[in-house]
Amino acid sequence: MAADPRDNSGPDSVVDVRDVHYLAGTHAIFSGLNLSVQRGSITAVMGPSGTGKTTLLRLITGQVQPASGTVEVFGQDVATLDHKGVFALRKRVGMLFQNGALLTDLDVFENVAFPVREHTKLPEPLLQTLVVSKLQAVGLRGAAHLMPQQLSGGMARRVALARAIVMDPEVLIYDEPFVGLDPISMGVVCRLIRQLNDALGITSIVVSHDVQEVGSIADQSYIIAGGKVIASGSSEQLQHSTEPAVRQFLQGEADGPVPFHYPAGDYHQQLLQLVRKS
Amino acid sequence: MTDTLSKLGKVALFLGQVLRASAPALLRPRLIAQQVYNCGARSLVIIMLCGLFVGMVLGLQGYDLLARFGSESALGVAATLGLLKELGPVVTALLFAGRAGTSLTSEIGLMRATDQLTAMQMMAVDPLRRVIAPRFIGGIIAMPLLAAVFNVIGIFGAQLVGVTLMGVDQGTFWSQMQGAVGLRDVSEGIVKSIAFGVICSLLAVYEGYHTEPTAAGVGLATTRTVVASSVMTLIVDYMLTAAFLKG
Repeated sequence: MAADPRDNSGPDSVVDVRDVHYLAGTHAIFSGLNLSVQRGSITAVMGPSGTGKTTLLRLITGQVQPASGTVEVFGQDVATLDHKGVFALRKRVGMLFQNGALLTDLDVFENVAFPVREHTKLPEPLLQTLVVSKLQAVGLRGAAHLMPQQLSGGMARRVALARAIVMDPEVLIYDEPFVGLDPISMGVVCRLIRQLNDALGITSIVVSHDVQEVGSIADQSYIIAGGKVIASGSSEQLQHSTEPAVRQFLQGEADGPVPFHYPAGDYHQQLLQLVRKS
Repeated sequence: MTDTLSKLGKVALFLGQVLRASAPALLRPRLIAQQVYNCGARSLVIIMLCGLFVGMVLGLQGYDLLARFGSESALGVAATLGLLKELGPVVTALLFAGRAGTSLTSEIGLMRATDQLTAMQMMAVDPLRRVIAPRFIGGIIAMPLLAAVFNVIGIFGAQLVGVTLMGVDQGTFWSQMQGAVGLRDVSEGIVKSIAFGVICSLLAVYEGYHTEPTAAGVGLATTRTVVASSVMTLIVDYMLTAAFLKG
């Protein structure tokens, strides 16, 4: 199972993360992270909370730069791109935010139309056709006139999904797409991710800690812990992993290589001190 | 002290960024018009109400003061100069900071807190250009317009009290005003309110854009907007008044 995560890197990989180190203040988030994403696949990035999954997305989209190592997207080193280069890259990458991040002063239709209006001068009838077709794809054509505040969590995420695909991106990034959804919405979003990936021929990166959901649709999964990839492979391969950290994460055990307790001094000592003080 | 200085520097740098983003934003007048409506039209009622009462107070106090020297007939001049050069721009700016400035800060702050600004960046849209610059320009346009409305209603209020209540002759009130108030006085007020427009809008969008993305952060940023805008308005007012008296 201790597969070399760089096995997959090659001419067909869209995203290549090589030996990335990243610090938040003095705290090391990544220390030697390696992973790659194959064109046309759904790649899941899983790991306990606080392991820097969202930071990984920020690295891929050029919002932050690694301390060392390289992040290549479409064969370009993101760190070397200037402002224009980063924006050009982002036009090819769609992103779905954890809470949808819909613009609250625009209705659903205008939210989906937003990137099109900003980047193109499409004639109005064509734009409307485009937006309506994307809303139909996520099943919310009837909700076009609603304001974001009137949507449920699942609906908001589907609108955000329609907005993310409206510019026909080559890569679609999902940041925790299942958090806070009821089982029905979760199933809907899950199916949409698979369908969109296959129908539009895009590459999907799903960051999540919902092992079951994401495992059911991913072609390739990475588990990150302690700043490194600790396991990678298909869901089946991961299920059969014998590595304790992987087992703990997949089985949801409270204690293990990822400790239950936040680092602290000796418990008995502290209790004794408190007793003495009183 | 160093904190204040470093903040001033940050605001100045931010002003540079906003100005750079303002040129392309000017090509989209619809976005700006929307913000003039948001900052301006929606503040109209409070501006008119306050203008009326400030004018009426001026009428009363002015009459009381001038009557001591037997020159009540100069009430029209006194009230108008006071409004045009001083009270109009300043009180409008203070009200603007409280009404429009806070709503700008909290709106932008909440957009920050709910990832809307990041989402825009991820869609390769520059929030400075799409969100900040139109609001900044809209505020600068709205401020002199609001001050003008404030002045007109204020003069009406002074006339209401001075002429109708205290018995100053209506003809004298208006004719003395016409004779003594020059274009220079009007332009002083306009320059001031444009300057206050820049200050209040800039501080409001700055605080909003740099809000800590939490509920408490948005609250704090809103408070800072009002405090900083009011203080800066009064300081700059003194400087501009001194400059105009000298020039």
